[in-house]
Amino acid sequence: MLHIINKSPSDRNSVEAALRLATKGSVVLLIEDAVYAATRGNTAAAKIQAAMADLKIYALKPDLETRGLADRVMDGVSLVDYAGFVDLVAEQPNCQSWL
Amino acid sequence: MSDDMDMEDGGTIKKFMFVNRKAPYGTIYALEALEVVLISAAFEQDVSMAFVDDGVYQLMKGINSEGTELKNFSKTYRALDGYDIEKLYVEQESLEARGLTEDDLLVDVTVMSAAELAATMAEQDVVISH
Amino acid sequence: MPMVTIAGKEIELDEEGFLTNLADWSRDVADYMAAEEKVEMTDAHWEVIDFLREYYDEYQIAPAVRVLTKAIGKKLGPDKGNNKYLYELFPYGPAKQACKIGGLPKPTGCI
Repeated sequence: MLHIINKSPSDRNSVEAALRLATKGSVVLLIEDAVYAATRGNTAAAKIQAAMADLKIYALKPDLETRGLADRVMDGVSLVDYAGFVDLVAEQPNCQSWL
Repeated sequence: MSDDMDMEDGGTIKKFMFVNRKAPYGTIYALEALEVVLISAAFEQDVSMAFVDDGVYQLMKGINSEGTELKNFSKTYRALDGYDIEKLYVEQESLEARGLTEDDLLVDVTVMSAAELAATMAEQDVVISH
Repeated sequence: MPMVTIAGKEIELDEEGFLTNLADWSRDVADYMAAEEKVEMTDAHWEVIDFLREYYDEYQIAPAVRVLTKAIGKKLGPDKGNNKYLYELFPYGPAKQACKIGGLPKPTGCI
């Protein structure tokens, strides 16, 4: 399962809910304002760090760059571009968008 | 009220604070607030902007929006000075919760504690939230 | 939206004659816009247009007339940074008219 999240962790609890309900081995892709969760020093960073044990975490690079965060991404988070986004959707049997 | 009547004569200057609590780019709030603030400058009022919670992200340096093809309106915050909008307040607690410092911001701001910002907010005649 | 042909290129304008796509701007487009506005372009006009385009590039907005006047005064001197000088060049409003010729959107804070 690919979990796609687009809301900032301090605006809504989508990141938290997705991490709680994603099964082991699932893939999480942070896009738009959800990319803030994957930056060093953000209050959600600890939750992302803990989730990495069971989940593979990606963030959309153009969305990070648009927010001035290109050099603040946590270690262990993989970056993808739009083509990589499409690949993730194609590779996974199903996907869920957390609103 | 008599105060409002005075304003029409250009007499009374009121204190307006625009409170920004949303991250830029993901929603339209930040850009809308910025446009409202620039327009408000024409009325020659005492205008300030406060950046709280995800709103502090509006002032991030190093924006590159080529990949998303969104308009990089971060540059516009640097025009505020030319519109005589010089009071930009940033809440210290919001910066800390995001691992940011004043050095990460693209314009000169006044960093305030929540208590200081609360007091400044309470002094306003009008507070407009985005 | 109205389409016009300028120097052999199809260009889209909005209902007030501003460019729909800012990237369509060229010196030919400026000359066309100026003719529509009945403004005869001189070096003094171009100086203001160039200034406005630089301002837009730096701040991503077209300035309100008050801000434009002040900024021009700072860069080009007080004899140019005043309403009289700018209204002589662009009688229907320096911000609005010069922005249109310069291929910028309508000024922010222009009311």
